[in-house]
Amino acid sequence: MATRIRRWGSALRTPVGVAATLLLAVVLLMAVLAPVLWGDRAAAIDTPHLLNGPSSAHWAGTDNLGRDIFFRVLVATRLSVELALLSTSIGVVTGLLLGTAPLLLGRRIGRLVTAVVNIAVAFPGLLLALTFAVIFGVGAKGAVLAIGFAGAPSLGRLTSTLVASIAERDYVAAARIAGVGRFRILVRHVLPNVGEPLVVNSTIAAGSSLLAFAGLSFLGLGVQPPAYDWGRLLNEGLNALYVHPLAALVPGLAVVIAGLAFNLFGEAIAKGIGLRTPLVVGGRLADLAEGATGGDTARPAGPAEPATGRDHPVLAVEGLRVSFPGPSGEQIWPVREVSFAMRRGEAVGVVGESGSGKSLTALAIARLIEEPGRVRADRLEFLGEDLRRGLDRARRRLLGTSFAMVFQDPMTSFNPTKRIGRQLGEVAQEHQGMNRGLAMARAVDRLRAVRVPAAQRRARQFPHEFSGGMRQRAMIGMGLMGSPALIVADEPTTALDVTVQRQVLRLLENIRRADDVALLLISHDITVVGQVCERVLVMYAGRIVEDLPADELHTRARHPYTRALLAAVPDMETDRDRPLAVIPGRPVDPANTPVGCAFAARCAFADERCRRDDPELVDDGNGRRVACWHADEAAALPVLPVQREIDEVGVGER
Amino acid sequence: MTSAIAEVRTLRAVADNPWVRFAVRRFGRLLVSVWVVITAAFLMIHLIPGDPVRAALGATAPVELVNARRAQLGLNDPLWLQYTHYLRDLVHGRTGTSTLSGLPVSQIIGDRLPATFELALYAFLLAIVISVPVGLTMAVLTRGGRRRPAELAFTSTSVVIAAVPEFLIGAALVYVFGVSLGWVPVASRSGPSSYILPVVALAIGPAAVLARIVRVETLSVLQADYIRTARAKRLPDRQVYLRHALPNSLTATLTVAGLLLGGLVAGTVLVENVFAWPGLGSTIVQSILAKDYPVVQGIVLVYGLNMLLINLIVDVVLALLDPRSTIRES
Repeated sequence: MATRIRRWGSALRTPVGVAATLLLAVVLLMAVLAPVLWGDRAAAIDTPHLLNGPSSAHWAGTDNLGRDIFFRVLVATRLSVELALLSTSIGVVTGLLLGTAPLLLGRRIGRLVTAVVNIAVAFPGLLLALTFAVIFGVGAKGAVLAIGFAGAPSLGRLTSTLVASIAERDYVAAARIAGVGRFRILVRHVLPNVGEPLVVNSTIAAGSSLLAFAGLSFLGLGVQPPAYDWGRLLNEGLNALYVHPLAALVPGLAVVIAGLAFNLFGEAIAKGIGLRTPLVVGGRLADLAEGATGGDTARPAGPAEPATGRDHPVLAVEGLRVSFPGPSGEQIWPVREVSFAMRRGEAVGVVGESGSGKSLTALAIARLIEEPGRVRADRLEFLGEDLRRGLDRARRRLLGTSFAMVFQDPMTSFNPTKRIGRQLGEVAQEHQGMNRGLAMARAVDRLRAVRVPAAQRRARQFPHEFSGGMRQRAMIGMGLMGSPALIVADEPTTALDVTVQRQVLRLLENIRRADDVALLLISHDITVVGQVCERVLVMYAGRIVEDLPADELHTRARHPYTRALLAAVPDMETDRDRPLAVIPGRPVDPANTPVGCAFAARCAFADERCRRDDPELVDDGNGRRVACWHADEAAALPVLPVQREIDEVGVGER
Repeated sequence: MTSAIAEVRTLRAVADNPWVRFAVRRFGRLLVSVWVVITAAFLMIHLIPGDPVRAALGATAPVELVNARRAQLGLNDPLWLQYTHYLRDLVHGRTGTSTLSGLPVSQIIGDRLPATFELALYAFLLAIVISVPVGLTMAVLTRGGRRRPAELAFTSTSVVIAAVPEFLIGAALVYVFGVSLGWVPVASRSGPSSYILPVVALAIGPAAVLARIVRVETLSVLQADYIRTARAKRLPDRQVYLRHALPNSLTATLTVAGLLLGGLVAGTVLVENVFAWPGLGSTIVQSILAKDYPVVQGIVLVYGLNMLLINLIVDVVLALLDPRSTIRES
């Protein structure tokens, strides 16, 4: 209860909350005091001044009997608010009965009630109110009943939704099995839990009732003279709109203010309650950064083009940094000083735990990081084009046709509302100037190339008609619409089952070999990377910590982290009776990177120097790079412990 | 023999087709709802406490007249017989006569319906035409926490506008544009210019609500993986937003728009009374006040069936826009 009050309190301390509370307090105060204070002045008839405009005596003028409109509006507050609250309570009680019927009356009758409520909800409240007004008769009493019952279905639906979610909980099921009566369950377990949202919605409903009541009175179906509420005053005022507009506008304003007061009050609390989770921005950032880390470190002098061999590099990255604003405004750097280059047809793998910054690196290279994220690099070249500059049409076309992306989750990476063929064809239409028909033909051809069976028919299907493996093939096919020089595959097989994984990897491999396409494969699975790639980049806490040929992974890995990753892979000889090996400790928190080596806290070799200075990525002259003060000591140990173990990769992905 | 088997197979295939199943399910629900509306309209008259004929004719009417009128309306028959007659008459298109004017109810409705229909249709279209571009633009401008002040201004303005009932907007519009500026006619249905104020008065509130929903939906769609895919295809921003984001945000928007359309049709009742618009809305109010129950019954029936029709259309459009939901449900 105390926390609830605190939560409401904090919800109401927002600017909107304060304004709504003040407004509501004024309205309620008026409702109580106005008839007492100004009842006489509102009723006083001033015959010499009929239908007068505003004057010092009558701020808002007078009506056709010479009564002061301003005071009549103030005095009408009580009746308007009273009637609105009365009909709201009728609506809430009826809604509660309707909504809890499935629980109280058993499934069968409950179903019937729910069905009726569902049909009734489809009709707008005003229409229901009009219908009920016919039954209950014209007048204040009829209108209260009509508006109350008209609001009941939607409140009933709300209650039943809330109740249903509570009724499924374990403790309610337990109480039921223990033989606790239905009514008792309702009162003890269900109502306390649905009370809060119900109260909030009732407040909002009171605002709607107030407006609806004004509507009915305005139509002449509500309050009848000589009694008057705001709607009645409006009705009278509107007839004289030409001579005396204030007579209609002042009560109109009162209705709007009071309606807003109830509405905003409810909304403010609803929003306050709904926002119990941490800031949305923070959550999103955590996803993006995968929990990686930052701190603008000195740039290591790592070579950008190790052993390029033949011709120009397909991709050259130097000093790539990605930053996001942190929760308290400071910059967080989930990718720091990443440098590497790729030759034509080369397969490079990037491995690391969740949060090591590998996916962000891929997105940064592809220029797909959106604000508020920022990408900086000393060099970022694709086929000799500097990607750091804005994407003009020519550069967009180059990327669109030569730079292919394959994303992790094929289930969500296709637009669900468009046919697969169209989604592939779009590329050709945009960048290769094909018309719709040609683009479709090209799409079918590409689907065939990635071995999607019955490509002609499949191209006309929607993504949901494709299996996961098929979608990933289609996604690769999309990258082949142009003539790619580089495929960046970000965890392309993580969401697929094992047999399909292999097929997709083989497909990527075949494409690479056939067309000399470079492949940047991002994966948390060091085994897959070792099999598919020629070179492996190991990332930790946003940096590359080791860069070595894939066939030397098991024999020449020098960074303790790489070795830990390898040791964490189980194989056929792993003793099933022993616990799986893990890398001790946790990945680095993005917001505070340690001063020295980020891996020091989890490293068996760590000493004072590791904790003080971050080791640079050093080239050994043969294209192998490592960032570790103890690389040689680590390399001297046997590559893998006799007993290798683990769950996937230490602290597993996803 | 083989053809019979083939036929059975085709039938089964048809029955398994998700679209067919959707149609059957949706049509079944429509039938039930229509029955409920018709029955509700029938019961409405019978739930009125006391004698509706006496109430309609007034306390001073002679007993003979009341009895004759009761007999004429068949109110002396047992309820089930009245219900049967009512259903039979409905099927034959006989909807009774107005106690006030003596005109057939169907004729009154036929005269008044087009005016209301036009009003609602134009207002709905106007609301969509305003809200979709505004909501989409605001989503693009404020995505990822950009331009906070613009976001705050937009949300608070739309909240306030949406909270003002349409008849007050109508009254304000009449005052500003009709009375003060004298630009447009203030009441009744005459030339095209007479449509402006009522349509705007009806459309503004729903447009504000819809624009907010378009914005919120688009914001969440812009975070989707397939938008990243579209950007990875290096499509121009315009295409990413219009071709990939908009259709996906429209499904939820249309659902809400459908709900709003119902409210909008109901809103015609109030707006017609502000503008003295010769539609169903002003007629039903006059008839309720005059206790002209056959007319009230007829109009309630028309409004109710219209709501069902609107919901049906929304569901079908949704199914076409988002085939997944159809499949999932069936």
